[in-house]
Amino acid sequence: MKRAVLLWAPLALFILLATFMVLKLRNPGDQTIPSKMVNTPVPEFALPAAADGLPGVSSAALAGKGPHLVNIFASWCVPCAAEAPQLKAIAEAGVPIVGIAIRDRRPDLAEFLGRYGNPFRAIGADDQSKVQLALGSSGVPESFVIDGKGVIRLQKIGPINPDDVASIIAAVQAAQ
Amino acid sequence: MKRLVALILVGLAVVAAPVLADSGMPAAPYADVQLPDPKQEAKAQALMETLRCLVCQGQAISDSNAELAGDMRSLVRERIAAGEDPEAVRAWLVKRYGSWVTYDPPFDRSTWLLWLAPIIFVVIGAFVARGSLKRRRK
Repeated sequence: MKRAVLLWAPLALFILLATFMVLKLRNPGDQTIPSKMVNTPVPEFALPAAADGLPGVSSAALAGKGPHLVNIFASWCVPCAAEAPQLKAIAEAGVPIVGIAIRDRRPDLAEFLGRYGNPFRAIGADDQSKVQLALGSSGVPESFVIDGKGVIRLQKIGPINPDDVASIIAAVQAAQ
Repeated sequence: MKRLVALILVGLAVVAAPVLADSGMPAAPYADVQLPDPKQEAKAQALMETLRCLVCQGQAISDSNAELAGDMRSLVRERIAAGEDPEAVRAWLVKRYGSWVTYDPPFDRSTWLLWLAPIIFVVIGAFVARGSLKRRRK
């Protein structure tokens, strides 16, 4: 009896392990990589202006001027165009939005703003994704809520959908 | 029929490619350029092989063609050229992305089993070997 158990145990273990692996391969679960910078101060940076008529973005300008929404985007990013109406709605609700344009060409960005509207008060040009990496962001679009003291309070990975608008506005208002 | 489907798929892939396009901006200065100092380049290369690309998950940044991986390579090389220790660069990234970003995970609450498993298996193996050797002696 004991011998039979010992004999079959490896096979049973193998089947158990294989089942687990197959299940995990078929449904890998959440693949997003949340930033560990949430609830820490914004790292220091200063980006030059990316568009005519709008200033650039710096960490110094973000601190002490009330809460902000920082939107990481690019004109070459398709979901960024899809979230444009939502950003417009958030801006119209009085939330100051600053943009960080990742690896963007000036003419492309101007065309993007012309086509989808400009919800941004300032846009910084992050040509080598340096600020994106410093913020712990791993793609476009992403949005960060920065509170009045310059501390990151929330990270939204992926486009802001119509359902998210109210909660983002509430998060910015809560982040005094 | 199959060939037709294949042709259509190839056609679609060609048409669809620009939608997935990257930015078209030039690569960061040290994304694909080695550092002039071979010692520093070796250090950077060793580090890049153990950093995980954020976009093409599962590839090291040294292996990946993604633009963000190129920007990460440039960041690694620039920091090492500035005299930073490779482990400090790794720590800088881990602070932002968690141990997810490194292929050399630290020993902590979620990885202790991973690190101790080899020792545990050797111990189990020793017990099994002892048992079967004893039996054989009898």
